[in-house]
Amino acid sequence: MVTIGASVKEPGSSRKNKTGSWRTFKPLLDKDKCIDCDNCILFCPEGCINQEYDIDYDYCKGCGICAEECPVKAIKMERD
Amino acid sequence: MVLKVISANMAVAEAVKLAKPLVVPVYPITPQTSISEYLAQFVADGELKAEYIRVESEHSAISAAVGASGTGVRVFTATSSQGMALMHEILFAAAGLRNPIVLANANRALSAPLSIWNDHQDSISERDSGWMQIYAENGQEALDSVIISYRVSEDKEVLLPSMVCSDGFILTHTVEPVDIPNPEDVDKFLPPYKPEHAFLDPKRPMSLGTFTDPNYYMEARHDMELAMERSKKIIEKANQEFADIFGRKYGLVEKYKCEDAETILVAMGSLCSTIKDVIDDLRSHGEKVGLLRVRVFRPFPHDEIREALKGASQVAILDKNISFGVGGALYNDIKAKMDVNAYGFIVGLGGRDIRPQHIIEIINKTKNPTTDVQWIGLIEEEI
Repeated sequence: MVTIGASVKEPGSSRKNKTGSWRTFKPLLDKDKCIDCDNCILFCPEGCINQEYDIDYDYCKGCGICAEECPVKAIKMERD
Repeated sequence: MVLKVISANMAVAEAVKLAKPLVVPVYPITPQTSISEYLAQFVADGELKAEYIRVESEHSAISAAVGASGTGVRVFTATSSQGMALMHEILFAAAGLRNPIVLANANRALSAPLSIWNDHQDSISERDSGWMQIYAENGQEALDSVIISYRVSEDKEVLLPSMVCSDGFILTHTVEPVDIPNPEDVDKFLPPYKPEHAFLDPKRPMSLGTFTDPNYYMEARHDMELAMERSKKIIEKANQEFADIFGRKYGLVEKYKCEDAETILVAMGSLCSTIKDVIDDLRSHGEKVGLLRVRVFRPFPHDEIREALKGASQVAILDKNISFGVGGALYNDIKAKMDVNAYGFIVGLGGRDIRPQHIIEIINKTKNPTTDVQWIGLIEEEI
């Protein structure tokens, strides 16, 4: 049900919009190759990679910047 | 009650003072300018306790109005012509966000060629924006319509913005006696705005104007359609209550000598005063002619128009606007909603004078039609 003027009455509702569904290519991290440089964490525009290098696929849009910035090619982009 | 001899622009400013909006973002444009000047004066003199925002464009004026209305206060703005066109984008946002803003428009032609004179093209071009549109016949009606419009726009059943349109120069710069209502009576008729759907309260946070995916958009637009239909009842109710307090009764339409009329003219705005004069003259010679003045154009009062036109053999619809190739907006809306023997006439574009002889020409052409839409008052060059 849409409210009058489509106003959203509770905060934090943008989390409900799982933008991961927009993705065409999915980043896959090989943790054995990873050298813990944190480049992927710093460069991810969506903040989708945590300190344990787990990728949050609910919101990862598949832009591939992490794979591009990985100095040891530990991240591969695969068709989703 | 105080009777003052003032222009329609002053009448609008007086109405705004009585309606007590808390935020007034306006940008001056001919022939609306004096509204923004009078309001600036009222605020400077402390007669209107509002935040007067001197914005840098009409796009900013209506944007500031939307932002202020979103915090849950009463807002007023005014514009004309190119200013209205510059507002276009945000007019749709104001209606979609259900901001009950009231805007006074001084009707003026759109460029090109550049013209500061009157026709209805500016507001007619915004007819699908979701704003209610009222076309005043005189300064008194402009004043009363601003007050009634707040009442209707802020009604929980409606929550759509209103545009009160007065013909540029013909009304905005012509002085005539206008009854200024008592402030106490207006307070009774128009209590302070109490928003329930959109307001600024840190204890109850909300987001306005968010992105909607295809699961929501269509319902939001359908809600507006339903609100627009419901608004007719609310307008009639507000008009009745206004009449009970102030003694002036308005309708969605005004029927002038329509009852036994064989030919009925349909028009909006100040032009109707000229038509009424011509009708009085023709009636004294036994001609059965009448006028249906459409006062509220959105919501479109199709039932009231159908009822008024049902006895007429032929109908002339006068438009001060043109949708190229199909005639004027009022003509097209009437033809779309009912089966009437109606002919369209394009008149008065860019301030071209509409004289009694033109009205008589229109009546004659309606009785002896040659084509469905005609332009009246064109100057033919002599060779």
